[in-house]
Amino acid sequence: MRADPRALRFSAAITTAILALVLVTGSAWPTAAQVLLAAQALVFALGAAGRSPYAVLFKALVKSAPRETEDARPPRFAQGVGLGFAVVGLVGYLAGITPLALVATAAALLAAFLNAAFGFCLGCETYLLIRRLLPAAKLEVPQ
Amino acid sequence: MTGLWVALATLALGSVIGVVRLRRDGKVRDTARADDRLATADLGADLGERATLVQFSTAFCQPCRATRRVLADVSGLVPGVAHVEIDAESRLDLVRRLDIMRTPTVLILDSAGNIVKKAAGQPRKADVLAALAGAVSHISSQNADEM
Repeated sequence: MRADPRALRFSAAITTAILALVLVTGSAWPTAAQVLLAAQALVFALGAAGRSPYAVLFKALVKSAPRETEDARPPRFAQGVGLGFAVVGLVGYLAGITPLALVATAAALLAAFLNAAFGFCLGCETYLLIRRLLPAAKLEVPQ
Repeated sequence: MTGLWVALATLALGSVIGVVRLRRDGKVRDTARADDRLATADLGADLGERATLVQFSTAFCQPCRATRRVLADVSGLVPGVAHVEIDAESRLDLVRRLDIMRTPTVLILDSAGNIVKKAAGQPRKADVLAALAGAVSHISSQNADEM
């Protein structure tokens, strides 16, 4: 499967805004933060499945074809990593463990921001590190 | 309030990391482990006559394809230079031994298989060519020592 790199950057920019909003609203308006983070977790899950709603939105807004496409597997894997952090952050907010909520959400925000602003896929790069630590964690790679 | 500061600190940290990465990504540097040698048995492929470009890749790696193109170009351009691509996942032994943290990582070997240069991230073609010139002169200076 191929992905439009412009849609990936666009998705990362929206994700950055949502996660920053989660952090900002977290203390004063925790319900809003929890709902937003739960929604973002769902988006991560859909993105990992190759059905990112943000990419669908981009496709609806921008009609032109991309000049080049790229392999969709690395960003999909990274969405899965994002899902992991969002779930941990959500548990932190729901259980009232504020440091856990802040650290996990901030980690996801950092990765989304690096992707949006610099085109670096931090989530992708964790793959080899995870494999180094856990050789059994090999993922079947669907083409 | 804490959340706001965490968000701002994260974005500031991200900016610093991003700028540092932009400047250092793919830079070809002298490797600290110049004594480590790779043989045909390690690579599962023959060494190049003059030099070998060893690329570590994974499936979840965006810049690996572009790196492959750059290195294939260089090995086509410079006679005696081989390009060997290694799937990092199936060679975790080498990954640990050579301390590979990211993909793509490119190692430049001289004709004897000594690791003389290393680049983490996608290297530029001009930098690889310049580093190869260094790798080849490394060989000639060794030969001069032996004479």
